[in-house]
Amino acid sequence: MKLDAKIPQGSLEDKWSNYKKTARLVNPANRKKLDVIVIGTGLAGSSIAASLGEMGYNVKSFCFQDTPRRAHSVAAQGGVNAAKNYKNDGDSIYRMFVDTLKGGDFRAREANVYRLAECSVNLIDQAVAQGVPFGREYGGYLNNRSFGGVQVSRTFYARGQTGQQLLLGTYQALMRQVDKKTVKLYSSHEMLDLVTIDGKARGVIVRNLETGEIERHAAHAVVLATGGFGKIYYLSTLAMGCNGSAIWRAHKKGAFFASPSWTQIHPTSLPQSGGYQSKLTLMSESLRNDGRIWVPKKADDNRVANDIPEEERDYYLERRYPAFGNLAPRDISSRAAKERIDAGHGVGALKNAVYLDFSKAIREQGQAKIAEKYGNLFTMYEKITGINAYKEPMMISPAAHFSMGGLWVDYELMTTIPGLFALGEANFADHGANRLGANSLLQASVDGYFIAPYTIANYLADQIRVGAIASDDPAFDKAEKEVKDKLDALLAIKGTKTVDYFHKSLGKLLYDYCGLARTKEGLEYAIVEIKKLRDEFYKDVKIPGDSKTMNAELEKAGRVADYLEIGVLMCYDALTREESCGAHFREEYQTEDGEAKRNDEDYQFISAWEWPGSLDAEPILNKEELKFEFVKPTIRSYK
Amino acid sequence: MKLHLKIWRQKDRKSEGKLVDYTLENVNTHMSFLEMLDTLNEELILKDEQPVEFDHDCREGICGQCGVVINGNAHGPLKNTTTCQLHMREFKDGETILIEPFRAAGFPIKKDLKVDRSAFDRIISSGGYVSVNTGQAPEANTIPVSHEVAEAAFDSAACLGCGACVATCKNGSAALFTAAKITQLAILPQSKEERKQRALRMIVQMDEEGFGHCSNTEACEVECPQGISVLNIARMNYEYNRASFLKFKKK
Repeated sequence: MKLDAKIPQGSLEDKWSNYKKTARLVNPANRKKLDVIVIGTGLAGSSIAASLGEMGYNVKSFCFQDTPRRAHSVAAQGGVNAAKNYKNDGDSIYRMFVDTLKGGDFRAREANVYRLAECSVNLIDQAVAQGVPFGREYGGYLNNRSFGGVQVSRTFYARGQTGQQLLLGTYQALMRQVDKKTVKLYSSHEMLDLVTIDGKARGVIVRNLETGEIERHAAHAVVLATGGFGKIYYLSTLAMGCNGSAIWRAHKKGAFFASPSWTQIHPTSLPQSGGYQSKLTLMSESLRNDGRIWVPKKADDNRVANDIPEEERDYYLERRYPAFGNLAPRDISSRAAKERIDAGHGVGALKNAVYLDFSKAIREQGQAKIAEKYGNLFTMYEKITGINAYKEPMMISPAAHFSMGGLWVDYELMTTIPGLFALGEANFADHGANRLGANSLLQASVDGYFIAPYTIANYLADQIRVGAIASDDPAFDKAEKEVKDKLDALLAIKGTKTVDYFHKSLGKLLYDYCGLARTKEGLEYAIVEIKKLRDEFYKDVKIPGDSKTMNAELEKAGRVADYLEIGVLMCYDALTREESCGAHFREEYQTEDGEAKRNDEDYQFISAWEWPGSLDAEPILNKEELKFEFVKPTIRSYK
Repeated sequence: MKLHLKIWRQKDRKSEGKLVDYTLENVNTHMSFLEMLDTLNEELILKDEQPVEFDHDCREGICGQCGVVINGNAHGPLKNTTTCQLHMREFKDGETILIEPFRAAGFPIKKDLKVDRSAFDRIISSGGYVSVNTGQAPEANTIPVSHEVAEAAFDSAACLGCGACVATCKNGSAALFTAAKITQLAILPQSKEERKQRALRMIVQMDEEGFGHCSNTEACEVECPQGISVLNIARMNYEYNRASFLKFKKK
């Protein structure tokens, strides 16, 4: 299938304006006749649901959490980028566009990335108007800090809880529409299938997680804003409930899945400690503004950090990347940490961590200043580890964090299924092969507030004569039956191993063979092993209880069943991309000094995978060629 | 270490619940409290028993979904700490731990340790927002906010919506939760326009949800994982009286 990204004509600066000028509109009187389903209530989901509600559409908003305010956007710590240039340090929309494109190793669309930077300025305005308490200078104006991969300060923040504050702003906008009855809220509901009629997205099958009831909901368009699937690695920085099920089930109904293997492994998370562990807590990248990363120069050095003298410390990021130092981008920082750990310089009980040291910043700025900037992070660190990081360095380690991959979408954020849109982390669109820090909150918000309201209206404009979509259509009967059969089949296995056993086994395979470094042999091995694990799952998983009541194990089982399929596709994706780019590092393709070696001649495209109709068939690769008209791809150097 | 657990088990909203005893051997002190419950559930599943349902999601102390009463304290013994951030090193070998759901008239129990906190959504929905549509916002720096006001607003806005304040209050009052949102939006310039209506509507909604009254015991502040101050409640009372007075005068 030929993929058409539908990029508008015109210069880079004019493309989005040109689109908006010619996009079709829906008369206010007609909007209430049009139904839209939004799955997910993070920044992307809440903002599109609220925006469509404000415009007068009939919106249904679903989330699996007990309230929309818990969606995982809440956990983003450090900040949100915007090209306001309030610091007068040479920032501009164009510079932010170039930084983001380069940060993604030239594996994203120019037009999308430019639009992201362009809309960034409006997002800050919107959030401030909603009452988001961003950090301020004493004169009352907004303050900024720096994040990885850039040389300007363009990151807006609300202490270490920027995601929480942005999400609460959006959540409140959503609840205002719930009050006005333009949005109907369904908390504790999980989407289990997409319903298509004549090739168009027309509704969903959901399960009420409290009562176990299976429900049908029909609409003229469906929006998936379901976040990332990094939890596939089991140990990750994500929430326990984060999952890939909604996008995966949409994929099996015809939506292409782009770059599934491009996972950001975040460099500053707490290290793995034992088999009981359920989660790797993230320490915000903003800490790298003042923290210096190092390991002992001597391998297997067993002294405690404070006993190692200055000259015996290797500040390897400052050494290898003097221009960006401790603020080198995430993929590069994580790989550099892995290189040192693998060479025997790791620290901590399991020798799997590196130090993040604040002693210099505390000496220069005082402990009070550091506490004001990062106090909550230091407190959190102490709660989890029992260590006071004002007195000795933190120990950090790379952990699975963000999915650059997701459903393939065109410039309008529409998938290959007409009427099905994917927003935020659930799509693949803007970050290329590596996302820059503080661009995630931005992309989710911009998709929901400023892009999708135009593009969804453009789609709905020719739906006004369709009339209400009937949920008794045979397509709904079929989808509902499939969902119920699948739940019954899972419960009927009655094996001997818990769901978590399978999830942990899958996570380990992916960390080892489809994580920070990948090889042909490793990926081929992982494909075989994951398929074996999947067979074992369907023979031997043990799920207690039934489907008619609240059953957390059944919810988990459904998600892990999908992960066991997504994992295989991730390995195919990594295997067929015989180059290194961004977070995708194939050991066979590296420079002499260990940097990623891109191959623009053969791989300047997005891999968009098509469901082959069965698990036994190989996934089908479709390519969207990337054209660079405005910026010439260069070797990505932060040295 | 070895632990004796007494856990509240309740089949659904309508059933009666009771405390059930469990013993857990070989608990690692570095485990989080929820990882300890994961371990228990793993054992229960393999023994063909029903696992304990408990709420949790981010496990990093920010989403507000987790929360149980541990030995009588909402979120357990540590100050300013959610249940997920509590670690087993805070308990002693051989200790008996009592684990109950957040109990309050406004929080019906759904199953085991899970409670229904949707009343909080309805309180926010009744006025805890700024009436600004997408696209209406002026340039951000045209609304200066002093550093102190921004920081104070943040202190109130940091609320997780976990409900520990309600669970710990002898009256089951949601005053701290409601007051934190009213205060944040009352002190920021961009949200002052709706102060009166917001205070009146949110407080009426809070009362309708079956939460009790605040009798100034200040227990809520003690248990709040974010350390939200009871001064917010004083501010809420001021906002309510101010709004009632101004409304009265208008007639």
